[in-house]
Amino acid sequence: MNFKLHVWRQKNAAAKGRMEQYEARDINADMSFLEMLDVVNEDLVEKGIDPIHFDHDCREGICGACSLVINGLPHGGMTGTTCEVRMRLFKDGSTIYVEPFRAKAFPVIKDLTVDRTSIDRVMQAGGFVSTHTGAAIDANAILVPKDKAEEAMDAAACIGCGACVAACKNASGMLFVAAKVSQLALLPQGQAERERRVNKMVAMMDIEGFGNCTNYYECEAVCPKDISVKFIAKMNREYMRALVK
Amino acid sequence: MSTVKTQVSPAQAQVTFIASSIGKKIFMATTGLFLFLFVSGHMVGNLQIFLGQDQLNTYAQALKDLPALIWPVRILMFIFFAVHIWRGIQLYFENKFSRPISYACNATVQAPLSSRTMIFSGAGILLYVVYHLLHFTFITTNPQYAGLHDTVGRHDVYSMVIFGYQNVAISVVYLVAMFSLCYHLSHAIPSFMQTIGLNNEKWEPRLKALGYLIAIVIFFGYSVIPAAVLSNLIVLPEGVH
Repeated sequence: MNFKLHVWRQKNAAAKGRMEQYEARDINADMSFLEMLDVVNEDLVEKGIDPIHFDHDCREGICGACSLVINGLPHGGMTGTTCEVRMRLFKDGSTIYVEPFRAKAFPVIKDLTVDRTSIDRVMQAGGFVSTHTGAAIDANAILVPKDKAEEAMDAAACIGCGACVAACKNASGMLFVAAKVSQLALLPQGQAERERRVNKMVAMMDIEGFGNCTNYYECEAVCPKDISVKFIAKMNREYMRALVK
Repeated sequence: MSTVKTQVSPAQAQVTFIASSIGKKIFMATTGLFLFLFVSGHMVGNLQIFLGQDQLNTYAQALKDLPALIWPVRILMFIFFAVHIWRGIQLYFENKFSRPISYACNATVQAPLSSRTMIFSGAGILLYVVYHLLHFTFITTNPQYAGLHDTVGRHDVYSMVIFGYQNVAISVVYLVAMFSLCYHLSHAIPSFMQTIGLNNEKWEPRLKALGYLIAIVIFFGYSVIPAAVLSNLIVLPEGVH
């Protein structure tokens, strides 16, 4: 398969970037999107051109390191992460736009690599349970009703990739923060710091420069882990509850 | 390598409720709720035109005779309206600045056009409200309405409305404005519920449908009046020209 790529190139954080055109030739249909970029990069290196920089790690849809906005949608808007997107899903000979996750809170470091440490700082503000746990306790020592456990697990599926921010027309981080707030608010271990957590995490999210949620639900549509916007409603509830508590 | 310079350490993060992104959402939602309640009440009031001249003029006179009710409501509505608009504009720009460089290729999966054009449908409503007040409340654009009185000497609101909508241009402007309002409401209603936290997977499609349903009811509830005037279902009382 052959593709025409429009890729964002930016030398460093301070430089002004622009879209460049590249050809991806003889691509195996079963390659992942990142493998396709590897092939393009090998070609660029041979030609003495600086290869395209992009984030990646596990390449099996677990870690949340890969990003990329493909044809206007984070992770290509398909099920799963960019590393799971196969080239057979694209039309042979088509043009593909590859851009970094764009948000004030995610400044570009180089090319398609962005700095997502703002997400880590939101977690540091309250996305934890500060109890000294000691040795692991018996699995069923703290009873959690099945439905609560399931719901907490749905929220915990978030891998913190930032696709929700990239997809949101306002670059809002609400879905990510909501998933983390909800996960811990649903479990007994998270109760003691419940109000403090939501206050701190929302405050940090705002300080980091994420936009405001206006309920477009684009985040939910592109989330590789299918996190529901119901968690945003839940976080709004948690925030109001913390206000009066 | 970190390029973000945050002044505040995560442990010290603090934002007041009203300045927080969720606080702003709740602010927009609650002011919007009061505006929606006003719009609903106003519609019910207007529909009395179908009960005849006497009923509508009696209602209009009754409101006028209740300054203790009408003025607080007017003042509150003005405040809610002003704050809703001011905050809406502020949020629009804040959200624009949250993505300093836009995408070369844009795509949308499920956000309806109504949700992405709230600032424009809102601007349409604002423009219309200004015109509407000049037209029917202050009677500035058509001063001849001020001289309309019914047989018992009350201001003849009934005839004023009919004269107003007999003008096709005014009726068209009105219909466009009502469409803006209902387009705005179709996103506003489910959005309100989400913002105050009353939403989940089960309720999301229901609330969306409810948003459309209420928007359609409001649209027809208002539009039926110029439609009835233009199709001569409601005519001027005898002796009024």
